[in-house]
Amino acid sequence: MSDTSDYTHYTAGEPVTDAAAPAGPIAERWDRRRFEARLVNPANRRKHTVIVVGTGLAGGAAGATLAEQGYHVVQFCYQDSPRRAHSIAAQGGINAAKNYRNDGDSVHRLFYDTVKGGDFRARESNVHRLAQVSVEIIDQCVAQGVPFAREYGGLLDTRSFGGVQVSRTFYARGQTGQQLLLGAYQALSRQIDAGNVEMHARTEMLDLIVVDGRARGIVARDLITGAVSTYVADAVVLASGGYGNVFYLSTNAKNSNATAIWRAHRRGAYFANPCFTQIHPTCIPRSGDHQSKLTLMSESLRNDGRIWVPKAKGDTRPPAAIPEDERDYYLERIYPSFGNLVPRDIASRAAKNVCDEGRGVGPGGQGVYLDFAEAIARMGRKAVEAKYGNLFEMYERITAENPYEVPMRIYPAIHYTMGGLWVDYDLQTTVPGLFAIGEANFSDHGANRLGASALMQGLADGYFVLPSTINDFLARHPHDAVPGDHPAVTGAVAGVTDRLARLLANDGDRTPDSFHRELGELLWDECGMARTETGLRKALGRIPALREEFWRRIKVPGTGEELNQSLEKANRIVDYLELAELMCLDALHRTESCGGHFREESATPEGEAARKDEEFSYAAAWEFTGTGSAPVLHKESLTFEYVHPTQRSYA
Amino acid sequence: MDLTLRIWRQRNAGEPGAMTTYRVTGISEDMSFLEMLDHLNEELILAGDEPVAFDHDCREGICGACGMVINGQAHGPERTTTCQLHMRHFADGDTIDVEPWRAAAFPVVKDLVVDRSAFDRIIGSGGYVSAPTGSAPDAHATPVPKPVADLAFEHAECIGCGACVAACPNGSAMLFTSAKVVHLNVLPQGAPERESRVLDMVETMDDQGFGGCTNTGECAVACPKGIPLTAIGAMNREYLRATLKGGRRR
Amino acid sequence: MALATRTDRPPSLIGSVWRSTVGKKAVMAVTGMIMLAYLVAHVVGNLKVFFGAGEFNHYGHWIRTVGEPFLHYEWFLWMARAALGTAVVLHGVAAYQLSRRDLAARPQKYARKRQRASYATRTMRWGGVILGLFIVWHVLDLTTLTVNPNAEEGRPYENLVASLDRPAVTAFYIAAMLALGLHIRHGFWSAAQTLGANSARRERVLKFLADALALVLTCGFIAVPVGVLTGVVS
Repeated sequence: MSDTSDYTHYTAGEPVTDAAAPAGPIAERWDRRRFEARLVNPANRRKHTVIVVGTGLAGGAAGATLAEQGYHVVQFCYQDSPRRAHSIAAQGGINAAKNYRNDGDSVHRLFYDTVKGGDFRARESNVHRLAQVSVEIIDQCVAQGVPFAREYGGLLDTRSFGGVQVSRTFYARGQTGQQLLLGAYQALSRQIDAGNVEMHARTEMLDLIVVDGRARGIVARDLITGAVSTYVADAVVLASGGYGNVFYLSTNAKNSNATAIWRAHRRGAYFANPCFTQIHPTCIPRSGDHQSKLTLMSESLRNDGRIWVPKAKGDTRPPAAIPEDERDYYLERIYPSFGNLVPRDIASRAAKNVCDEGRGVGPGGQGVYLDFAEAIARMGRKAVEAKYGNLFEMYERITAENPYEVPMRIYPAIHYTMGGLWVDYDLQTTVPGLFAIGEANFSDHGANRLGASALMQGLADGYFVLPSTINDFLARHPHDAVPGDHPAVTGAVAGVTDRLARLLANDGDRTPDSFHRELGELLWDECGMARTETGLRKALGRIPALREEFWRRIKVPGTGEELNQSLEKANRIVDYLELAELMCLDALHRTESCGGHFREESATPEGEAARKDEEFSYAAAWEFTGTGSAPVLHKESLTFEYVHPTQRSYA
Repeated sequence: MDLTLRIWRQRNAGEPGAMTTYRVTGISEDMSFLEMLDHLNEELILAGDEPVAFDHDCREGICGACGMVINGQAHGPERTTTCQLHMRHFADGDTIDVEPWRAAAFPVVKDLVVDRSAFDRIIGSGGYVSAPTGSAPDAHATPVPKPVADLAFEHAECIGCGACVAACPNGSAMLFTSAKVVHLNVLPQGAPERESRVLDMVETMDDQGFGGCTNTGECAVACPKGIPLTAIGAMNREYLRATLKGGRRR
Repeated sequence: MALATRTDRPPSLIGSVWRSTVGKKAVMAVTGMIMLAYLVAHVVGNLKVFFGAGEFNHYGHWIRTVGEPFLHYEWFLWMARAALGTAVVLHGVAAYQLSRRDLAARPQKYARKRQRASYATRTMRWGGVILGLFIVWHVLDLTTLTVNPNAEEGRPYENLVASLDRPAVTAFYIAAMLALGLHIRHGFWSAAQTLGANSARRERVLKFLADALALVLTCGFIAVPVGVLTGVVS
């Protein structure tokens, strides 16, 4: 194990460039790319096998679409059914530049809002393509029978969402992610039934097989039998989601993990902007040390709820006893034009600030009020119930408080990771033949994601972008078999089985969860909503020690030849312990503040994030060199031809 | 609070299982039921025992992964998923029985984990609209009356947890299957495959070894998402209609 | 393209209905409804017993001459018997097969049971068995007169009174009619659900109808043995 000073002494390698991106006017680039991309003859597609890891919006959509095109798809998910991927938990909605409301929306405005919302750290070409494709997604989902909310005239309803001033968010009550995912799952199920997709549920990818510099397959473990097997293919698509669970407490599903992308990173895929994590402002505060995860309340609540804290520090009166003039509706006060609808990073940080001032509410002062009293008075309880009924129910179930009568308490929580595997315009990583889609890649959201854009990106990548771009790769790489005894294959299997055996053999005195909690707390404190050089260096000092302790003291009961949930957990934590280190290093090196990454050293006089465009207008793509040894930084410089970087202002 | 738990332990599908008794202490009423089991498992691991295996993922009541029969009731005493059941609904000193879903079509994998892949096969046999990517007309090309869209949504809310099967004395999957049939069959987008969908899904449902419906209504009582019992009637109607129309049209 | 297209021929209508649980339930519902309609006619006929032997025996004779001169003597009766017999057999066989399937689908019980939602639903199986046995007895007693103490062809009134003069028979008769009430109460609503006639809107009406039918039929049928028991009919 190396010490901190070694790890932080990273070297800067060659800049990384996006060779796949077409030139020309931005609105024509996607058409041009699709035209220039080579195609695979329909008759030959069956011969090509594509592995898809993950069955969320991106993976489910990609698996179904690739199979419809005629490819042989082999797909994996760790859940017992592809229908349970965590996309299902997205509540609020999905953006699309349909302009059905005639409120001034357009592809260009969605593009503009997304680049600006991402604090100018996203690639323009990608974001524009996302905005273009957004309109097709809605068409596709409606055709699949996704029951979006509708107006009495039978047309689709939309609502507004944080960070924008148009109503472009399509929704299905508070369960948009569920309905979109079921649409993709049903399309995928149809292909499974038809024999075009070979589905492996309860099977977790544990390594990537790279043969002669090309991704040619994966090593995966059957979670029921414990059997470790290899699967080879002509291309591998990772749709395994984000890495927010590194924080232990997050809104991610308990089993969402970073193993697939981290293993790919170790095999040569660059990891971009790992420190860009999104903190969601409206989560239910934690109730005690037993807390196993955090629950999000849809951001759409901010459309009608008003956020406030008492003006006075340490005011412990019940909310109803605090008179109007002793309340501070701080978002409305600081950001009058966007008010409660400011982007997530701003809303989260503002909540942290008021709590740090000692004005937080609830146990431990870690919460702010989200008050619907005014909305109920204005719209009537029935209308509020129709709009948010299920969210209110969920809140009451968890907290035993009735939000129709007592204001909700909310606090920010880790929700989404903008960083991920570096991909080019074709969504291909730096390992040829390895693609990353959805939250697993870094591409479209820059340093901050706008609400209702994750569903848009996942489906854009899965239904429309990847199926077009992967053709080009497969056309240029005619099928050839990988021998099962190839050293790259056997080596990867040996690595996986050795690691599992080591975990099982250790017989220490600490549980996997205890390490995960400790790591999560450390990251939340030092690499969470606000970051400082001191804190990050402290974390970078602690992580290698924790890693060492992990291998010394971990205890995993049972065997590897059965369903062993402790083994699954422990094995994921091994990767978190490395990823966390890279996140802290990335946060340390980026001495500017931007989007979700707030360095206290880089703030405007008003306390807002201050970017340093001259120094940091790039995506940081890190190359793995070894556990605990300094990675190599490759910069992809970002140029802005259409949206000129400005200080984001929502005041 | 302190509790006595009697939990079904079964090493794997091939070995017999049994109820095993555990004591847990210091349970907070703000814990979810799964957090209470987490607490037990941490203690079991440190004591050198194997933790209780149970399915869970989102812990927000939407993924449908979790599910166990608590004191004879699927998902326990509240109408919600196990992950959203909180310990405040139990009292200090209670004895709580925890068992896996019981149905021939849901074989036990380990402890409280069962195999629900039969549900996926039902969906695969017809629970979709055949709309290959890229083939869709504009979303506003076909207006859908709001009551119809709402009805579809109400049935599309099913999370596939399997509580309906677990609660049914016949281990029947009628509520699950009918929820999807109604969701898609009432929408104009689902109309072209209306007949084949219901016939194929019912056939697959039967093939998977689920029991028949005797209209006991237990499924709808247990459903954490409130899928109504009328869904089954509606599916029966669709089935008979499709049969009388001469069956599959493709 | 690799998209699957179905090429297998659709199975026959009757075969697929009988094979599927939903179809078999529909058979039970339809046959149940046929039997229910018959019972309504039956109870009306039974109540004529209160108007004396002449009128009751005349009714018994009329049944055999319905449809004349188009139909021959007893043709109608035999057609009705055939239809009813088929309904009973189909209902019973479907119930048996479905029950076996249902029991197999739930091989293991829960350690702790909770109060079930409805009482009537739990009585369908053994209630059905009791009714089946009753029907056999009933036919042997009053149709074929095999076990009837009076056994006079063409004198149904006298046969009936003689049969119900035995307290054990009366007790069995009444018990069977109570089972019938429960069976109809759940069966009628269940049939509506099985045939897809149920909806959120009609729910209350259907439940009311089920209760009313069960009550009227049970009371109507029980009135006869009670009448014999109390001497009103003798």
